[in-house]
Amino acid sequence: MKINELTIKQAQEKLEKEEFNSVELTKACLERISEVDQKIKACLTVCEGEALAFAEEADLRRRKGEKGKLLGIPFLVKDNIMTRGIRSTGGSRILENYIAPYDATIIKKLKDAGAVLLGKANLDEFGHGASGENSAYGPTHNPWDLERVSGGSSSGPVAAVSADMCIFALGTDTGGSIRCPASFCNVVGLKPSYGRSSRFGLMSMTSSTDVPGPITKTVEDAAMVLEVIAGKDERDPTTGNVEVQNYLDNINKDIKGLKIGIPEDYLKEASEDIIKIINEAKGNFEKSGMKIIPVKLPHAKYGIPVYYIITPSEISSNLARYDGIRYGYRDEEASSLLGIYTKSRDKGFGSEVKRRIMIGTYALSAGYYDAYYLRAQKVRTKIIKELDQEFEKVDLIIVPTQPDVAYKIGEQSDDPLKMYLEDIFLSPASLAGLPAISIPAGFVNNLPVGMQLIGKKFDEDMLFRVGNFFQKITDFHTKKPNI
Amino acid sequence: MELSKEQVKHIANLARLDLTDEELDLYGKQLKDIFGYIEKLQEVDITGIEPTAQVTGQVNIYREDKVVDWEKTERKNALEEAPEIENNQIKVKRVLE
Repeated sequence: MKINELTIKQAQEKLEKEEFNSVELTKACLERISEVDQKIKACLTVCEGEALAFAEEADLRRRKGEKGKLLGIPFLVKDNIMTRGIRSTGGSRILENYIAPYDATIIKKLKDAGAVLLGKANLDEFGHGASGENSAYGPTHNPWDLERVSGGSSSGPVAAVSADMCIFALGTDTGGSIRCPASFCNVVGLKPSYGRSSRFGLMSMTSSTDVPGPITKTVEDAAMVLEVIAGKDERDPTTGNVEVQNYLDNINKDIKGLKIGIPEDYLKEASEDIIKIINEAKGNFEKSGMKIIPVKLPHAKYGIPVYYIITPSEISSNLARYDGIRYGYRDEEASSLLGIYTKSRDKGFGSEVKRRIMIGTYALSAGYYDAYYLRAQKVRTKIIKELDQEFEKVDLIIVPTQPDVAYKIGEQSDDPLKMYLEDIFLSPASLAGLPAISIPAGFVNNLPVGMQLIGKKFDEDMLFRVGNFFQKITDFHTKKPNI
Repeated sequence: MELSKEQVKHIANLARLDLTDEELDLYGKQLKDIFGYIEKLQEVDITGIEPTAQVTGQVNIYREDKVVDWEKTERKNALEEAPEIENNQIKVKRVLE
């Protein structure tokens, strides 16, 4: 086994025993990137010099006696997260040459913990997409089948973890952007509770659902990363004043007697192969002493139309900042102020971004606000109440992550509506701000399938406990793509 | 729902997007499809339901209104991202004719 294939936990133990140092581990990741990334296209910027400097510093800190779960561990970051002094494009042409002047809070926390930043990873432009195909820099290819999408919008960070270009990665999830690619690429992807991890330094998309989270090779690793990036941040007043637990404390606790909710009707939105995999997992949980409780989520299916009103509405407002004045691309031919706005935006944005800005502008415009935006906000309330009510009976809810396996690149890109429908199992947890984790649960024709565990607000602990148990009794997460 | 080209143009103008004719046609058609699907929300009974704008449960968060200096290098680098600066300020085109 090569050292770049290790999990955080394994790498940490070996760093501690001085089997190798962080510089060697970092070099192994950088070598893997140059070996496979021409085919996968997960990375937008690789900062070799900075990474090796970070690694040397981590090694120095360790020699001085410091210990830490992430000390010396190399990671990649989705490119809509600001990294000081390093190009941060958001996957958009409009920020092609943008150098972030400061670090996002979560980046600062990881640097303080001694993690080693390797570079920036590909994404659907500003996070707008579910396949990775909307990146201005070309799609990321799925390491399990290069002709297929990696899923999105955290396409690059997920594909990179899947192909062992890094030990872990950071993504953002607005309506499934960590969970969807995690399912397609056989890795673990956690969307924390809304407000669990700071949004300061993220390129805002949908401020009421955006949340950054870890992409890892095991559930245990996700717990280790969340512990570092979570917590109240005075620069993001929406972060919750909730204690961050030591997530490893409870991760091995007995799961007997825990109650899992399964919404049978909702499950029917997935393909038969996927339902079979979820049922196998259900059987395994039952055999292990957990209780399966039927739950009903009749409004969950409205998550998609609600999401595709609320999200574009917030996008149309949040993306007004890209105007060619303070940063980013400016069309030099424009002679008037208005011309700078309209021409810079038309040339700088890709088609999905423009489409979402148009949808949101329309939904919020005079005469339509009540019919679309206000109605969507009210249905959002119904979806949340229904989940709250069902969570009184159970400890967590299990559904598939995606209705099917990864599709071919180009297969759905002409039909935006069809693409939106892929989010059927993802939107409710986002709209309600609940934590949700996608975990490898099986394969269909050698393509990975993820299972999604949804928890009560700020109860990531439960997801880690049950997810970690599942990884003890299965070995899906140890399977690697042949690349 | 039907959207005339004029309506699509109006939305583009509100969104500060200078769209080509082709884009106007394409987005007009796609918006029609998407809003057609969103009509599904009409099925839901929302009588007496309050809207949700955010899920934190928090109301206003206050802090003291005092100026905090930004670290010099970061400030300089942020300013240098602007296409045009003069005397440490971002320059814009004339607003009033």
